Parts: sequence; structure tokens; C-alpha cells
Amino acid sequence: MSAMLEVKDLEVAYGKILAVKKISFSVEQGQVVSLIGTNGAGKTTTLKTISGLLRPTGGEIWFQGERIDHVAAHDIVTRGLAHSPEGRRIFPRLSVEENLMLGAFSRRDPGGVRSDLQAAYDLFPILGERRKQPAGTFSGGEQQMLAMGRAMMCRPKLLMLDEPSMGLSPIMMKRIMTTVSELQRQGTTILLVEQNAQAALKRADYGYVLEVGKVVLSGSGRDLLVNDSVRKAYLGED
Amino acid sequence: MTHVKTPVDEASESPVAKPGKPIAWPMGIAGVALLIVGSFLSWSYDGQILNDLSINFYPGGLQILAIIGAVLALVLLLAEKGPLTKLGSWLDATLGIRALGAGLALYMVLVVVAIGTESDGLINVNPGAYISLVGALLLAVSGWLLPLRQLRDMSAARLPAWSEILMIAVLMAAVLFAAAYALGLQDAWSFILCLVFIAVVATALFRTGSMSFVGHVGQRHSKVLTLSAFVVAFLFPFTQNGSDANMSIANQVLIFGATAMGLNIVVGLAGLLDLGYIAFLGAGSYTAAVLSTSAFATVGWKPPFLVVMLVGAGVSATLGLIIGTPTLRVSGDYLAIVTLGFGEIFRFSMGNLDGNNGPNLTNGPNGIPGIPDLSIGGFNFGDEHMVAGIELGRFSNYYFLLLILIGFVILVFSRLNNSRIGRGWVAIREDEKAAEAMGVNVFGLKLLAFAVGAFLAGLAGTIKAHQDAAVSPDQYQFIESAFLLAAIVLGGMGTIAGVLLGATILKLLPEKLRFFSEYRLLMFGLLLVLMMRFRPEGLVASRRRQLEFHEEDEELAVAVEEERLIVEEAK
Repeated sequence: MSAMLEVKDLEVAYGKILAVKKISFSVEQGQVVSLIGTNGAGKTTTLKTISGLLRPTGGEIWFQGERIDHVAAHDIVTRGLAHSPEGRRIFPRLSVEENLMLGAFSRRDPGGVRSDLQAAYDLFPILGERRKQPAGTFSGGEQQMLAMGRAMMCRPKLLMLDEPSMGLSPIMMKRIMTTVSELQRQGTTILLVEQNAQAALKRADYGYVLEVGKVVLSGSGRDLLVNDSVRKAYLGED
Repeated sequence: MTHVKTPVDEASESPVAKPGKPIAWPMGIAGVALLIVGSFLSWSYDGQILNDLSINFYPGGLQILAIIGAVLALVLLLAEKGPLTKLGSWLDATLGIRALGAGLALYMVLVVVAIGTESDGLINVNPGAYISLVGALLLAVSGWLLPLRQLRDMSAARLPAWSEILMIAVLMAAVLFAAAYALGLQDAWSFILCLVFIAVVATALFRTGSMSFVGHVGQRHSKVLTLSAFVVAFLFPFTQNGSDANMSIANQVLIFGATAMGLNIVVGLAGLLDLGYIAFLGAGSYTAAVLSTSAFATVGWKPPFLVVMLVGAGVSATLGLIIGTPTLRVSGDYLAIVTLGFGEIFRFSMGNLDGNNGPNLTNGPNGIPGIPDLSIGGFNFGDEHMVAGIELGRFSNYYFLLLILIGFVILVFSRLNNSRIGRGWVAIREDEKAAEAMGVNVFGLKLLAFAVGAFLAGLAGTIKAHQDAAVSPDQYQFIESAFLLAAIVLGGMGTIAGVLLGATILKLLPEKLRFFSEYRLLMFGLLLVLMMRFRPEGLVASRRRQLEFHEEDEELAVAVEEERLIVEEAK
């Protein structure tokens, strides 16, 4: 059985500058896989390329046995690959409910959408309480919940989260990370991009360390957590 | 937990209302009395101007307007203190009196100026006008001295359904009557004064809050409202007694309005700035012209008009796709520039396809004149008809056809707006990248907006060609596109009523006020600058737009969403 998501020798360039240099990794069904690395390591670029927002200059991306590196972004969503972008990118002037409904834009089963809306409110009760409120009035953590809820609305098989903990308080971050585990338990495969290596690796079945556009290290989350060079570079220990 | 403000909270939070001066109320009554007395007296020595305001105890039109204003002020004063206080607990009468007093004073000043300029100097102003002016000033002053009142929430006000529906009907009848009356005024000053009066009354009603009640009533009976609006529009030709002048203007307004409505899809819903939109109207017009039986038509095929409509709209939509496919990948300013260029290319092409430079298709700068009247199913649009003893001429025939067209355009607009596609457009307008990540086919939806907009404009164009009986390139200049855009911005982007209102204002004023048309660019520039400063969301704001310009207003935000839920429940 091949992996759910398979990235082979991916290359992405902004003009002449190579941001991602031949990276390869894979995500198995049901796993939480995390990509960690510092600013500029190419994590966000990789996610954007997988979801079709950017075009690769080389390499291949396979999702559920089909090649998707030149499929349009909206088609990729329809195939069950959701992307919760960096900086959350919620629609600040739209209400919570409208935001969530836009997450389900690719679906055409109103009944299922309605029950998933309820599921999102169950997962994050605060969203249900404020379903009429414009999302821009929310705190960072609440916006992150909304962004995750919104991404879940397309019933993804694979959910890509780009720095969900960015700018959050430790409590809120813990909450978000618990939700990641919860979603995994419910059967969603997750590709998690994080700068907060400790939090990400603790939950990850497998991890890849990116440095200036290359995978420099990979292993199970537990192994990476105790790896000396990871500890030095990302966990702030000497 | 969120804290949502309720009306009860608000009342307890707001400071206790300042007590008014005791003299204010009698002063207001005196003002009303003076206004009425003055209006029954002669205003002008000269009986030839402003439809004769010179006879004592026989008020002319402008004097009757002043009396109507005074009676309205009296009702508000009595709502303040007196037999109508029950009404006053709902209405914010003080704000209404202020607006009405100041507005009527302005109106009277303008009357005096009008008399002074139309005849020779202020010597021709009779005491009646000054008495009314003093009355209006007294009313304004009393308004400032009256106490501000606490309001009960208008949205909670309910009347029995039949009386609410009756109210809509009466309002619509008033609109029809006012439109017919204002359009019937021949001289410019009377027309301006009448408009000022209507604006004053409308402002005063808004200030009392009664318009928000009307708004809620309209929402509760939206079908009745739409239907009665169409009935009123349908009845309009019957008020014109076969006069072609106003009907021709009305047709211009309808064509302009339908086109603006199509552009509203592109600009108001999808948020794409199109500066060459008039070219799509032109494409429809030219298609209808070359397929017509005019002696100058260059194509031999003469299909029935319904086919022509579809072909014209199709040509227009195809042009939309051709121009959209390469350009919709660029955004914002670039798109504006490309569409601007496209509009000019269209105009020059129409002017040059005359047989000297390329094939003879459009007869060059001379255009195609002599386009015959439409004939659909044996009904010739050039014929006059008598209906219920009222003569309906050629323009009235086209008017009814255009009314059907604009109804169709509105239907398309509102169906799209409330659909999944509409939601996608909102997402694109708000954040294109995020929309893409949500699975919105950004390029496809933009292209669709472009094509639908072009299709509707093309449809309007086919009728326009026959209505005008001629097409020529210079009808489709850039300035026309700019005016379409101005109508949308002025009226309120993304709304139906607003855009129709904006289109009416922008088309009607220059037609009716000939002397004004030389300065119209100056005036509209000024108007738009003032709008951007004081009411950026347009005359009729969609609630969401309002939120865009007043983001800090959380209460408004909640209100917006509640309204949406009500609408959805109603479906």
C-alpha cells in the first residue's frame, strides 16, 4: 500500500531563488506527520505547493495514488486535501458561520454540510456560541480554532496545518495541539508544519527537519525529540 | 461569553435626556402656523414664474409642498406633546423636527432666490414667502430646543399584516405620484425645488426612525414590496398622458439601470473593477443594428428579435470571455487598465470597420441609422395604443419591454447573490488566496461574473438599438463606463435598490436640468467626493458594506448577521 501523500524530489522557486530544493517525504494514512524548521526553511512553500497555490519547478506530488502537482487548487480540495494556511487567513468581515460554510464550498451535499457544521461547533463550542459574530473580532486562538474548523468543513482525508500555534498563548497552544490529536483519533491524517518543534514532535508519528529548502533529518517523533542536533537547534538546549 | 447589547441595556446606560426649554414647543407650533399662513399668501409679484405663486389664498404647487411639510411638522410636534404621544414613544420626533425645520428653511431660501433670479430681483418677492421663511426658521430653532427622546426599538414594532401591506401600497402610490409630479414640472427651478423638498421629507423621515420601521416592514413582506414596486413602475406611463418627453427619459433610465445592474454583478459582487463595461452594451446594440432591417445594416441574415437578443447577448458574453480569459489572472489596478483599454478598442473598432480599413461591418463613424421599430408577434412598437382612455405612444411600448428586461436582470442578480456562487464571489472579494485554499475556483468564478455581466449588458443593448433607432461609436465613450460605475458607488455597491436609485439620479438629473448638463462632470465629481467623505457605503448600503466602512461597530455586525438569518429562515 502506497502512502497517502508522497512528495518526490520537489523543487519550488520564486523567480530564480530556489525555496525548496528536491525534498522528498511521505505521509501514511492515519498518521500525524510534522515538518519542522526555522524561518525560511521552505515549510510554508512546500504546503502551498502541495495544495496547488504554487506550482513546482520540478518533482512530483502524489495524493492517494494520483499525481496532483499540476491539478488546480480547487480540484485538490475536492479530492480531500485541505489546507489551513499560515496566518489563519480567516475572512474577518464574514461571520463565523459564513467562514465555516466557505470551508465547505467544494461540497454539494447540504445535509452533510449541516451535520459537519454541528460537528465543528461540538469540537469548538466557542464557535457555536458566536456563530453570528464577524470573525475579525476574535482573539488569535479563537481565529485559529475557526481556521481549523473551516478546513475540516470540506471533510478532508488529509489536513495540512500551517503553524497553528503561531502567536498563541501556551494554554491556547495546548488546546490546539489536543485538537490535532483528537482529529487524528477521528481518522483524519494530518500534516503539521510548526516552528514549535517540541509541541509538534510530541504529537507526531513521524517528523522531518527542514533546513534552507532541504530535508536534513527525519525519524519518528520520539526519536527526533531526543536527537542531539534537534535538541540543540530547535529545543534551545546545549 | 459575549455581551450582546439589547435595547434595554442601552436605555439604562444612556444618560438621562436633557429637559427641553418650555418655550420650544409653542415656538414650533407658531412656526408651523406661520408657514401655513405664509403659504396661503402670495409669494411672488410675478405670476409668470414657478407655475404662478402670486395669488392670495390660491396656493401654487410649491406653496402646497410647503404646506405639506408644515403639516408633517405639526404631526411630529403633536407626537412630542399632545394627542399623538403614543406615536411619539416610537418616533424620534425631535430629530425629525430638526431636519424638517432646517430643510424647510433651506427650501424657503431657495424659493426666495428662485423668485429673485427668475424675475428681476428680490423686489418681486411678496411678504408671504418671507412669512413662510420665518415660520420655517422658528420650526428649526424649536427643534434644537426640544429635548432628545429615548427611542423604543423600532424593529419590535408590529402592526397587523394587512395594515403593513396597506402601508407599502400607500408608500408606493406616493412614490408614483411624486415621480409623476416632479417629472411634470417643466421649469428647472420648480424641478430642483421639488427635489429639495422630497429630499428634506425623506431625510426627516429617516431621522425619526420611521424608515427603519418601513425597512423592517419591507423585509417582512418582501414579495409584496417587490410586486408593488413593479406595479408602480408599470403604472408610470399612464400618468404621462401620452407625453413622449418624460417617457424617453424613463427609457434612458431603464436601459442605464439595467446595464448598471449587470455591472453590479462584476463590481459589487465579485469585486472586479471594470472600466470598459459600456463596450458590452455597445456589442449588443451593434449586433441588433447589423441584424436589423435598416438600410445600412451590413448582414443579410434577419432573424426574429428574440433570436437577435440571444445573439447580441451571446456576442457580448463571448467578448467578455475573450477579454476576461487573459486579464482576469491579473488583479486590481491592472484589470482596471486592461478593461479601460478594451472599452476604447471597441469604440475605435466600431468607428473603423467601414470598408476602408477592413470589412464594412459598422458603417464607420456614421453608425447605423434608421433602425426600424421592433415588431414582436405582430405587435409593432412604433404604434400608439389607447388603453383605458390613455394614449400610450412608442416610448411607452419600449418602456414596458425594458421593464421586463430590468425585472429579468434583477432576478438574475438576486438569485446569483444568494447562491453558492454568490458566496464564492464574496470570498474572492474578501481574500482571494484564502478563497483559493477553500476550494473556490477563483478564476472560473471571476470569468463567470464577467460573462454574466456582459450577457446582461448585451441584452439591454439589443433593445437600446431599436429604442434609439440608431447606433454610432460615440455613444460608447469611456465616460459612459465611468457613469455606470458612479451610479453603483453612489447608490450602494452590491445592492439592488441602491444601484437603481443611483442610475436614476445620474441619468435623470442631466436630462431634466439642461443647464446643469454642462457642469455635470464637475457636479458628479463633487457629489462623489462628498459621498466618499460622508457616506462611503452609498445611499442604500448593503449591511455588509456598511460593516466594511465601520468595522469597529460590533452591534452593527450582529445586526447584519441576524438579518441574514431572518432572510434564510424566510426561504
